[in-house]
Amino acid sequence: MRLTNQSKQRLPWDTIIRWCMRFIAYSVVVAVGYILFDIVVKGVGSISWEFLTDYPRKGGTEGGILPAIMGTVYLTAGAIIVALPLGMASAIYLSEYASQGRFTRMIRLAIVTLAGVPSIVFGLFGLGLFVLFFNFGTSILAGSLTLAFMILPTIIVSSEEALRAVPRALREGSLALGATRWQTISRNVLPYALPGMFTGSILGIGRAAGETAPILLTVAAFYLPILPSSVFDQVMALPYHLYILATQHPDTTKVLPLQYGTALVLLVLVTAFNLVAIMLRMRFRKKYKW
Amino acid sequence: MRFDSVKRKLLQDKAVRTLLLGAASTSILVVVLIFLFLGKEAASLISEPGLSALWDSRWIPVSFQDQRFGLLPLITGSVVVTLLATLFMIPFGVVSAIYLSEIASKSEREILKPFIELLAGIPSVIIGFFGLVVLGPFIKSLFGLPTGLNALTGALLLALMAIPTVISISEDALRNVPLSYKEASLALGASKIQTIWRVIVPAGLPGIIAAIMLGMGRVIGETMVVLMVTGNAAMVTLNPLDSVRTMTATIAAEMGEVAFGSDHYAALFWVGIVLLLVTFGLNLIAQRVLRKYQMVS
Repeated sequence: MRLTNQSKQRLPWDTIIRWCMRFIAYSVVVAVGYILFDIVVKGVGSISWEFLTDYPRKGGTEGGILPAIMGTVYLTAGAIIVALPLGMASAIYLSEYASQGRFTRMIRLAIVTLAGVPSIVFGLFGLGLFVLFFNFGTSILAGSLTLAFMILPTIIVSSEEALRAVPRALREGSLALGATRWQTISRNVLPYALPGMFTGSILGIGRAAGETAPILLTVAAFYLPILPSSVFDQVMALPYHLYILATQHPDTTKVLPLQYGTALVLLVLVTAFNLVAIMLRMRFRKKYKW
Repeated sequence: MRFDSVKRKLLQDKAVRTLLLGAASTSILVVVLIFLFLGKEAASLISEPGLSALWDSRWIPVSFQDQRFGLLPLITGSVVVTLLATLFMIPFGVVSAIYLSEIASKSEREILKPFIELLAGIPSVIIGFFGLVVLGPFIKSLFGLPTGLNALTGALLLALMAIPTVISISEDALRNVPLSYKEASLALGASKIQTIWRVIVPAGLPGIIAAIMLGMGRVIGETMVVLMVTGNAAMVTLNPLDSVRTMTATIAAEMGEVAFGSDHYAALFWVGIVLLLVTFGLNLIAQRVLRKYQMVS
């Protein structure tokens, strides 16, 4: 009797708390939705063929953002070329070869540390090592390398996860037939893990495309309405261009449509990477159910 | 003859192993190089004007008579913004994580999760831009301030940026709580909400705390948002409606104009070192906690 009374008293509280929690969780989603909505609605009017394919004119007050788009493409591509093979190889070592020793622990600690290093500190590092010590100058090369090391931990961690999801039996079967370890990995593990590895890597690539602080110190040009001719050139980049238009431009209110347009292009670029990654992951989860 | 090919295969196997080990070691190398090159560029300040110059409440890097490289206003700036952001981050991040892992139905999760993941992917410069043109003016009119660019505006946006980190790690921690705890609690007649708040959350608390610490690490290291929306006045203040200048924003704003090798240049690298040590410490403690409670492989 007492028990039922108590549980009756509890019920409205349960419902209230449950709704409060739901409200809090949804308010985060609403905030995200509002930001996306604001950028898309106010930015879409600025998007035109000219805006995407033309060079900026009059200090960025008119014209398009082609050099910034291409700059971001070059920087991101450079970062991928370095970080993807390095990250995947690291993941293969950690998942397939490494023993539980001291050295492995050190590698793992280093990866966690890298993942936590603030992006501006990566910028300082890139400035000290690539720009000055290696004398690359502020260039695509210095910027790409800095971004590559910044996204390395993301690629390693997600690639390792994908490798670990492949069942042991696939390895054991191959090893038992006399295959070497590398034969086993390359023919019986990697084919199943690669989709997952690429998916995780796409997230890192999205991060590289949207990051501003490291390129601020290593590559980005304030206003450079030409395309680069070599990896030792400076370039404009979308995130940096948005920052400049929004805070450094002499007439920030006049170029507000350009700011929204640039923000939208960057958002679409980065979100496209992320959406592809999220969707691919959903598909592979359904496809490979071990 | 056949034996030779086996030998060759084994040799190839060894070579691949060495190659992969080399790749894996680059992470260690990069960490070492980061410390090394930050130290190298910062070193010139040690002899002249001495490290004690950094312990000063004024940061006046560009001045003809009285240059000051006191890190204190920058450190308090970062601390104020970070603590304020943590204040918003804890309820929203942790409660959302509990809701997602314990209460939300499967279909609800599949709608909510991608939004959170999208949030994690939005570039910080876009969040900063949003703060500059939408949230800042809103805060300005809400409090009747001369400008909406202050610690509060920055903290709100930083909290939003750190929430995906907090949610995903807290969710892992909650999912790692043994099912038997939940079953025992429910079998004793506790309601679902009671079970969540008195059994599951306390059991997952170490992981949740680690999640909050990693979120704080993200906040303190974030550059573009604070550079764009906190107003950037270097003064010692605890008022959230004041303009503040964080360590990250100082580096980003001043490194472009500084003469390489000058005292100011070295001082900016010291700011970087402080930043690196703080985030390194936060990360290390968080990882310890996670490992102790078996949440990391």
